[in-house]
Amino acid sequence: MKKLLMAMAASAALLTAGGAFAQDKTKACFIYVGPIGDFGWSYQHHQGALEMQEALGGEEKVEIAYLESVPEGADAERAIERFARSGCNIIFTTSFGYMDATNKVAAKFPDVKFEHATGFKREHPNVATYNSKFHEGRYVQGVIAAKMSEAGVAGYIASFPIPEVVMGINAFMLGAQSVDPDFEVKVVWANTWFDPGKEADAAKALIDQGADIITQHTDSTAPMQVAAERGIKAFGQASDMIKFGPETQLTSIIDDWGPYYTERVKAVMDGTWEQHDVWAGMAEGHVVMAPYTNMPDDVKALAEETEAKIKSGEFDPFTGPVKKQDGSEWLAEGEVAEESELLGLNFYVEGVDDELPQ
Amino acid sequence: MRLELVKRPQQSKLYSALSPFIAFGLTLVAGAFLFAMLGKNPALGLYTYFVEPLTELWSLHELAVKAAPLILIAVGLSVCFVSNNWNIGAEGQFTIGAITGAALPLYFPDAQTIALLPAMLVCGALGGAVYAAIPALLKARFNTNEILTSLMLVYVAQLFLDWLVRGPWRDPAAMSFPQAPAFSSWATLPELFPMSGRANWGIVFALVAALVVWFMLSRTLKGFEIRVIGQSPRAGRFGGFSTARTIVFAFLVSGALAGLAGIAEVSGAIGRLQPQISPGYGFAAIIVAFLGRLNPLGIVAAGFVLALSYLGGEAAQIAVGVTDKTVRAFQGILLFFVLACDTLIHYQIRIVRRAPLSEPASLSTETAHGHG
Repeated sequence: MKKLLMAMAASAALLTAGGAFAQDKTKACFIYVGPIGDFGWSYQHHQGALEMQEALGGEEKVEIAYLESVPEGADAERAIERFARSGCNIIFTTSFGYMDATNKVAAKFPDVKFEHATGFKREHPNVATYNSKFHEGRYVQGVIAAKMSEAGVAGYIASFPIPEVVMGINAFMLGAQSVDPDFEVKVVWANTWFDPGKEADAAKALIDQGADIITQHTDSTAPMQVAAERGIKAFGQASDMIKFGPETQLTSIIDDWGPYYTERVKAVMDGTWEQHDVWAGMAEGHVVMAPYTNMPDDVKALAEETEAKIKSGEFDPFTGPVKKQDGSEWLAEGEVAEESELLGLNFYVEGVDDELPQ
Repeated sequence: MRLELVKRPQQSKLYSALSPFIAFGLTLVAGAFLFAMLGKNPALGLYTYFVEPLTELWSLHELAVKAAPLILIAVGLSVCFVSNNWNIGAEGQFTIGAITGAALPLYFPDAQTIALLPAMLVCGALGGAVYAAIPALLKARFNTNEILTSLMLVYVAQLFLDWLVRGPWRDPAAMSFPQAPAFSSWATLPELFPMSGRANWGIVFALVAALVVWFMLSRTLKGFEIRVIGQSPRAGRFGGFSTARTIVFAFLVSGALAGLAGIAEVSGAIGRLQPQISPGYGFAAIIVAFLGRLNPLGIVAAGFVLALSYLGGEAAQIAVGVTDKTVRAFQGILLFFVLACDTLIHYQIRIVRRAPLSEPASLSTETAHGHG
């Protein structure tokens, strides 16, 4: 019995290997946590994939395949393995919850390259990780919010209390404080990445609590639409959401994965792919601000100036003096936060009107 | 003119047995239409969906991984449903089982022995059973609606798990990300044939549970009691059977199996506790239970069919290029046909041409549920 099983396994392996050799084009595969129609996180990854395909010579050179709405449990491993077996040369797993599954499958398929977004585990030489410094854009948003808000209160729809999201809230707060030291940020935890109903409810609750600017770290366009209905301003998330709030959107942080995907798939084609961990921001073009709209010229000028400073590396959003929420010192005058500390961030800076769920 | 459902005096045994197959056949036909309307080749679509996942060994392993929790939970649910107890909260019992089972290695990190895993499985089953006892006792004592209570407890369990893995049980090495530490090898449910794929002992538990529950329901006095109480509580009472005791028994069995499925899933297939451990197994198992006609052996087959629909859905996304919504549509169509066939076995449609003088005998849902 065991022999038979081994023989079957071996023949299956041969078959898939044969499939890989028969290909003359590169196959790049993507696992998305949401639907590609979310107009947020997964949508942007898919746009990046399409941009990469276009940039590298179209369908003749690069074949892309994807799976949407893959749950972050036992299903992820199967989905990734299916890709690895179906002849993918490089597989992008685009959500944190795929971390263990990505590394497990990578161990079995040493010839396939794996790229895991937002994680930190690279247990095998064929696993790379990548992420973007979205908080750079959040700082700019904070500056705009403090300028635009009449009430001096912004509402922040957060997804899950993970470092990336906490970092975003802190950067937004610091940006706002640079304009108005008494600015308030109220936070609602939606506990979801994509749930238009919940996100809309969160937006309504925040507006009812006095917020007249809405920003979100969730992926649907619902908060933008609620803000539009109530006649206040809002920031988009992940993609340019101007279509959903032509009179409402101030700007949006666009996750532009296209350049990164192009670079990495090209590396596979050229045989130069190597493991790495990339955390890139505005300077590298991974974080892009949508056009500054629905604001007076002076605010626009300030936003552009702030953006330019971050982009050139002249200024880092996490530059001291910064106090923690409890009033103790975090960053001394002129001190810049260490990247390693940011990646595990689990506290608020002073002024955030919320208790961080622990 | 209107349509009326009239209960058939006698049900056809042949059609009762054939019903799931007819439903499956109709699903295939509807599926072919679906693919054709999406502009895809229906033959290729159906082949990718229902056959291709069965042609490779690793994929068969995955089928077992996917079917195991569905079968375990659905077998437990069959005891509930046959006894006319509507446990909708298996998802919550699954979650609590995963939590109570995983608590052992977290609180006794030094207990790395061969006894650890069995103890975890027992704790998982106990946790699920205790959690299911809440709606059971509420129903038995206060006559509350168990559909509502068991369903609401699902959300409580999920939020509790969420809190645990973000708070007290968070892995300190995980950079503030929400996940518990990974299980050690002693705490991991072993794979059956690690050479060829990752199917673990969960599928064995599922098959054994199905056999045991099938034997209990069809061959023992307890099973008779459960069926009598389910069909007619009044007759059961004349027979000396206690309704309250049956409610509690059914929920305990159901909860224990869901809890066992929960700990088997995190210990075997996932490897740690994390915020999301189930893509809705507790709810999908309700489909499985009915597709299997509430017969534990039928449920085994139904579990594999539903698992296949998930795997096939993925294969079809890649090979045919349909969206993941198609998977859900397929499952919905399948359940629709199962229920429709079932209804037509027990009822016939009568066309009433003239409005009746008195109020019509309504199509009573109680009787529709009562047949088991």
